Parts: sequence; structure tokens; C-alpha cells
Amino acid sequence: MALLEVKNLKVYYFTRKGTAKAVDGVNFSIDKNETLGLIGESGCGKTTTALSLMRFVTPPGRIVKGKIVFDGRDIISMSNEEIRLLRGKEISIVFQAAQNALNPVMTIEKQISEGILEHESITEDEALERAKNQLNLVGIGDERSKSYPHELSGGMKQRVMIAMATVCNPKLLILDEPVTGLDVIVQRQILSLINDLRAKLHLTIVIIAHDLSVIAETCDKIAVMYAGKIVEQASAVSLYKNPMHPYSQALIKAYPSIKGEKKKLKSIPGAPPRLVNPPPGCKFHPRCSYAADICRKKEPIIREKEGHLVACHLN
Amino acid sequence: MGLKGFAIKKIIAAIITIFAIVGVNFVIFRMAPGDPVRMMFRDPRISGEQMQLIREKFGLDKPLWGQFISYLKELSHGNLGLSFWQKRPVLDVITDRIPQTLLLVLTALTIAMFLGTIFGALAGWKRGTRVDSFILSLSLTMYSIPAFSLGIILLLIFAYILSIFPLSGMTTPASGLTGLGYWKDVLWHMCLPAFSIIMWYIGEYVLLTRGSMLDTLRKDYILTARAKGLKESTILIKHALRNALLPVITVTGVNIGFAVAGVIEVETVFSWPGIGRLVYDAVMKRDYPLLQGVFLVFAISIVLANLVIDLIYGYIDPRIKVGGEKK
Amino acid sequence: MTISPRFLRRLKKLREFFSLLVRNRMGLVGLAIIILFLILAIFAPFLRTVNPTKVGTSKNILLSPSPQFWLGTDDLAKDVWSQIVYGSRISLAIGFLAAIITVFTGSLIGLIAGFYGGKIGEILMRIVDFFMMLPMLPLMIVLAAVLGPSIWNIIFVVSIVSWPTTARVIRSQVLSLKERTFIEASRCIGASDFLLMFNEILPNVVPIMFAESVLMVTEAIYAEAVLSFLGLGDPTAISWGMMLHFAFESGTMGKAFWWVLPPIACIVILIIGFTFLGTAITDILEPGYKEAHGF
Repeated sequence: MALLEVKNLKVYYFTRKGTAKAVDGVNFSIDKNETLGLIGESGCGKTTTALSLMRFVTPPGRIVKGKIVFDGRDIISMSNEEIRLLRGKEISIVFQAAQNALNPVMTIEKQISEGILEHESITEDEALERAKNQLNLVGIGDERSKSYPHELSGGMKQRVMIAMATVCNPKLLILDEPVTGLDVIVQRQILSLINDLRAKLHLTIVIIAHDLSVIAETCDKIAVMYAGKIVEQASAVSLYKNPMHPYSQALIKAYPSIKGEKKKLKSIPGAPPRLVNPPPGCKFHPRCSYAADICRKKEPIIREKEGHLVACHLN
Repeated sequence: MGLKGFAIKKIIAAIITIFAIVGVNFVIFRMAPGDPVRMMFRDPRISGEQMQLIREKFGLDKPLWGQFISYLKELSHGNLGLSFWQKRPVLDVITDRIPQTLLLVLTALTIAMFLGTIFGALAGWKRGTRVDSFILSLSLTMYSIPAFSLGIILLLIFAYILSIFPLSGMTTPASGLTGLGYWKDVLWHMCLPAFSIIMWYIGEYVLLTRGSMLDTLRKDYILTARAKGLKESTILIKHALRNALLPVITVTGVNIGFAVAGVIEVETVFSWPGIGRLVYDAVMKRDYPLLQGVFLVFAISIVLANLVIDLIYGYIDPRIKVGGEKK
Repeated sequence: MTISPRFLRRLKKLREFFSLLVRNRMGLVGLAIIILFLILAIFAPFLRTVNPTKVGTSKNILLSPSPQFWLGTDDLAKDVWSQIVYGSRISLAIGFLAAIITVFTGSLIGLIAGFYGGKIGEILMRIVDFFMMLPMLPLMIVLAAVLGPSIWNIIFVVSIVSWPTTARVIRSQVLSLKERTFIEASRCIGASDFLLMFNEILPNVVPIMFAESVLMVTEAIYAEAVLSFLGLGDPTAISWGMMLHFAFESGTMGKAFWWVLPPIACIVILIIGFTFLGTAITDILEPGYKEAHGF
């Protein structure tokens, strides 16, 4: 049985300029110990999807439709108290820009231990001990446990965030752009840390990125999002080697390979559509070099083809 | 730079500021047109001979620079001159009044700071709700009322019309009360002046804390705390409040200057025998040496209070304790 | 002379600003209060019932409000309503004049400190810091006492004590403007410092200067009231603060609330009016306000 199942999720932002459909009918599921990658340009609804999984959508945004079934329970219909007990204990998240996500006036061991104290009945000393172990686990070393965030480098802060998110052995870990803004060497270190932890702690992970090559090795499955919808979903290897949706193809061409294979980079022309008044038909058609008449008129539905789920008229 | 370096830097800055204040104080009282001795002692009974003596005593027969040196010399011996009105050293007149002012101000400020930060934090936490707009509009109104007008209104209502509280002073004259009875009497007299200062000052703290709270709540680490599944009350106290109070503490230093204004106004209205009322008396009696002395005391205590607050801040904010200067 | 498109653009901006202002509830209330008091001040000779300085007969001492004396009389049998009407003149005059002088001085120093930076800026900001450390009210009291009681001295005293706040605000604004690309661009095409300051930077700080002036008016009205109440006001002028001073000194305050409450109410309402207006202007100048309010 799937650990997490998202069915027809719709999250809209109700602004003065109109309704922005940030997430517009997203479906996916993750099995235990599986890693799912969500990729797409910024503004395509990845982060909103992740936030909805923990019910962190705040006004003017609202989850208007859909089901998020986690471990047999529907997250959307939970009470505030139920969802609070779930957060940090069963589902954890590492936010984008972790540099600012740590409290500047608290030592890192305190910040790690307070989550344990909230969810488990142990003493403060035991919790601090756990926090130190956790710091060792993420490769910081417990001698830095009394440091304040401003004394750490960007990569170390990201490690602390990961330590904090995994300290209660969550069933599901969400990583929102975990390596964005870090330099390439640190990126590799953090990714290998994530791989290590996944093996050691048997984690189920949702990882969000705008660059497929960064997370391709880490993921089992990859879903490509565009304008609030999943346009293609397949196993990581198959999607990387044989992308079917023109947007997936463009996305892969747009970033260099992390392994250093030489290839010609090609940027995607145009910008992602505004979510308030998206174009009719396939939302990608204005930027698609293969766009045909049907693409401008009819929105493609997602269907299976050669092991991929793809939403494109031309496939 | 560690905490020690930070402290030394602040202390040196404070010393320089105090010197500058002494200089300003000297200049202001020589800025006035006419003979400074005539101005300082507007007493027609002073004879020419006495005046010459005073001139020599204050070094007023020397050039301006020499005058400043002798003024500093006198000051270093704690000589602030003679009060024309009370016919005794200015320093004595002032030190007699300090305890009464401290009693009133520290009581009122502690209560105002405590309540102000609580209400401000509450308003910020509940932003956009009725609680918020009620606290906000009340604070804005209180903030706009001059302290002396607030005092007069309270005096009219509670002393004149309702006769619940005394009209003026710190004790009932000739009551002969001692011990607990005496302190009860003082407390009874202190209610209205303290309440005026509290009401006047609370608005400032509410506005400050609310603004700071709103800034803090937008920070990413609040979301992180939520993601850990912490209770809302824990997030408020452990994460939001502590960070929100840091800027409030810094501004407190700057605001002590405003607190002084409130003290002068309120002590005047309620005839509270402190330094604030002394300012009024000095003005009414045209007692310039006394006025000069009181100004010096106010200015220097503000510098010292700011120094203390800076040092406390340095202790609370880890970014100063270990790393470089805060931005 | 032809009207430059630049001037037209600024005129359009100004019109847009005012229509934003009257749509802001706080701004509207503030404006209404200020206009009310302006009418009171301008038409004082027509609105008064008797000569406010005229000492009345002893049978008219401390009368409560009546059709003859709308707000009663004081201990010298002078009409309170007429004093209130004339008092608005002093408060507004001192408020506006002191604000103009303060903002002019403060802006000039802020502009220089922000624009030139370096040593000059450093020294100027040290002076500003020092002034901000001094307790304002005691400093004003001391200065007013030494200089003697007159309206002009009060204006001088308020200005000399308040300019550092403005200087600081303007300086930080100039500093952030200097970083913007259009300044860089003008510098690249060889615009002189003088031209840059007056053509590029000044027009962009004018809105902030405006907001500062409005808030400075409240400071000045407050200062006049307090100084007058403490007996440092101009004894020849009728002001709300002086009324309170005389009421307080007379010792009859408790019996004649009609003598005390009107000046307090006027001071408070006028200060609230300017505070509201200032807050509204600051809000409107905030980036993103226009978009959020459908402009």
C-alpha cells in the first residue's frame, strides 16, 4: 500500500487580481522507502504541493479540492491538533533557503531537541543527547552542538535542518530545493548525505528541485510539473534517458549534467504562464516548438505510454 | 570582536558622549544674552562685591576657554553651583529629590514595559483580529495624548470629582505616619502619577512590540518551528517573543529620553517631590544653576541607562557575544 | 516657457497621491481634523464671541458654559471659547513653521551626509547621534528658559532639537537611492554632483520629506503645549498650553473643568489629526500600496 496518496489536489490563491491555480489537479503516490522527485521551473506549483502535504497553505491560499491520504488518514480533514502531532513526528520538511530557517538566538542542539521533547516523553538531557547523535549522523560533529546558526556555513546549516527534520524518524521527509543556493561541491555533499540517511533511516522522501540532473540519481520516480499540473511521470532513469513531454525534454536540455558529460545547453524560450489567466489548451503550447492546432484548443489528459504517464497530444 | 571588546567600545563612546554633554551644558548657559552672573543670580540684593566673589569662584573673570576648564574642575568635585532659590548647593537639592523620582519612575516603567510588551505581542500574534485593532487604536490614542494632559484629566476625575485619590504630593502633610502606614500613604499618593506614566508609556511599548512581532512572525524560523509540530504557545514564547523583544530592548534606550519628558510633566501636575517637579520649580523661580544641574543629571543618566541596555543587549544577542557587530 | 513632460509626469503623480490619500480612511479623518482647525484659525476674528484678551468684570469670574460664554470663563473672566479659537492660530503657526525649518535643516544635512558619505557623512552622523542622545524635553526647557519666553524662541528650540531625526531618515533614503541603477547611469554619462543631487535624488526624497514634515508638526504642537504649560510660553500670546498653565497655577482647576478640558481636547485632537495624516502618507509611500489598493 502506498504511504502517501495525493488525489486530484487543487490549491488556489485568491488574490485581488484573480484566482491563481497554483496546484490544479495533481495526482501521485509514493510507496514506503521510495523517493519521488518533483521538478519544474519556479512558480509551477512544486512548493505549494509540498506545503499542502503538511497543511501549511495559508490565506490567500486554500486547498479547494482533493485528498491527501497519508498512512491511511486524510490530512485535509484532520483537526489542527491532529495535524500538529503529525508534523515533525511523522512528516518532516526541510524548507527552501534553510539559511534563514534557523532561529538566530537558539543553539542548534536546542533547536533539534525541542522537536523530540514535543513528540516523545523523554527528559531534556536525553533529548540533548539525541540531538548530539543526530549532529554526528549528519556529519557536523557534536562538539558544535552549542553553536548558534550564524557561526555555521550555508552547507552546515542545511545539515542542521536535515538533522532537525529526521530526528524523530519521520515516515515521510519532504526536501524543498535542498541544494539550491549552495556551491557545487557542497551540493554533492548534501546529496550524498541524503542518500546515506535514506538508506540508514529507511526514509520515504519527496524531493523538490528545478534541475533534474541534480536529483536524478537520488530519486526512484520523477514527476515533472508545469503550471500547476503534472505533465509527465516516470521512473527516474527512464525519464532522464527518454523524456517524452516536450517540456521535460526542454528542462533536461536546460541544465548541465552533474557528471560533467558535455552537451549543448538550450534555454527554454519564454516564461512560465501566469497562473491567474493561463493560456487555453495545453498550457505549454506557447513555448513548445512542436505545438499543433489541437494543442492550442484542447487540454491534453494524462495517460500511460511506454511506462510513462504523459500529458501531451503528440505522444 | 567578543563581548569584552563590544563592552569597552560602548563604554568609551559613553564617556565621550558625557564629555560632549558637559560641553553643551556649558555653552547653552553662556549663550544667553547678558552677564551670566546677573542671569544666574537674578537677585537685586546681591552687591557688586559679592558678584565679584562669585565671578572669581566660577572663574568668570577668565577667558571662555579658561572658564570651561574651571567649570570642569568644579564639576569633578561635584560642585554644580548654588541654587539661587534654595540657597544651598545644587547637588544637594538634586540628590534630595532622586529617590522619589526613582520610586515613581521605576514602578511605572516596569509595569508599563511588562503590560506593553504583553499587549503588543498579543496584538501582533492576533493580527487583523478585533483584539488587535482594539489594542492598536487604544495605544495610538494614548500615544497622542501629552502626558501632562493625561495627568490633568486623571486629576480632575479621580481627585477633584470622585475624591478617591489625593490631589498632590507624596505623603499626607503632618500625618505623622510611620512604618507600614507611611508606605501605604505613599502608595495611595503614587497611584495617579504612576498610572499617568504607565498609560502614556504603554502605548509606545505596544506599538513597538507589535511591529517587531509582525516582522518576526514573517521569518522562516517560525515556519520551521511549526513544521516541528510545536504547540502555538511554545512557538509564541520560545521563538517569536524572544526574537521580537530584541529590537524592543534597543529602542528602550532611545526612549528613556521620552520617559524623562513624561516624568517632568506628570511630577509637575501631581506636585510629586522628584527631579521632574524640580525642573518646573527651577523654571518658575528662574533658578538657572539648578536648571543646569538637573539637565546634566538627566542627560548623563540617559547615557548611562543606554550603556546598560547596550550591554544587556550584547549579552542576550548571541550574534554580538561571539561574532562581529550586529547589522 | 514650455511645460516639460517631466513636470507633467510629476503633476500626475501628485494628483494620484492625493486621490490615494482621500481614499485612505486614516488620511481622510486626519485631513478633515486639520482643515477644521485651519478654518478655526483663519476665521478666528469672526468665530470669537468676545475679545479673548479682555479681562472681564468680577461678576463674570469662573462662570460655567452659558449662551453668553459658550465655554464659560476663566479666573480673569476671559471667555474660554474665544481663547480656544485664537489658540488654534498659535498651535498651527508654531507647528507648521517649526516643521518647515526642521525638515529643511534635517533634509539638507541628511542629503549631504548620505550623498557624500565618507568623512563628512561620518562626522555629520556622529553629531546627529549625539543630539539624539540628549533628552529632548529637558533640552528644550533649558534652551527656552535661557532664551526667554517668545513664540520665535519656541520655534527655534523645537527645530534645533528635532532636526536630527529627519536628517537620519533622509540619509538612509539617500543611501538606498544611491545604489539604484538610474543614479549610476546618470553618473556614467557625466552628470555633476550638484545636478545629480537636485535632479535625481531630491525629487525622490520629497515624498519622505513631506511625511516627515507632517509628523514633525505633531512634535512641534506637543512641544509648544508642554513648554507653555511649564510656564515657558509666550505670555503675550494666547495658546492652549498657556491656558492650561494659568488654570493649573490658579489652583481653581478643580472647580472649572470647562476651562481645562477644551484646550486638552484641542491639543489631543489636533495631534491625532496630524498623526493620522502622517501614518496614512507613510503607508501610501510604502512600496506595493498602490497595487494592493487597486491602482
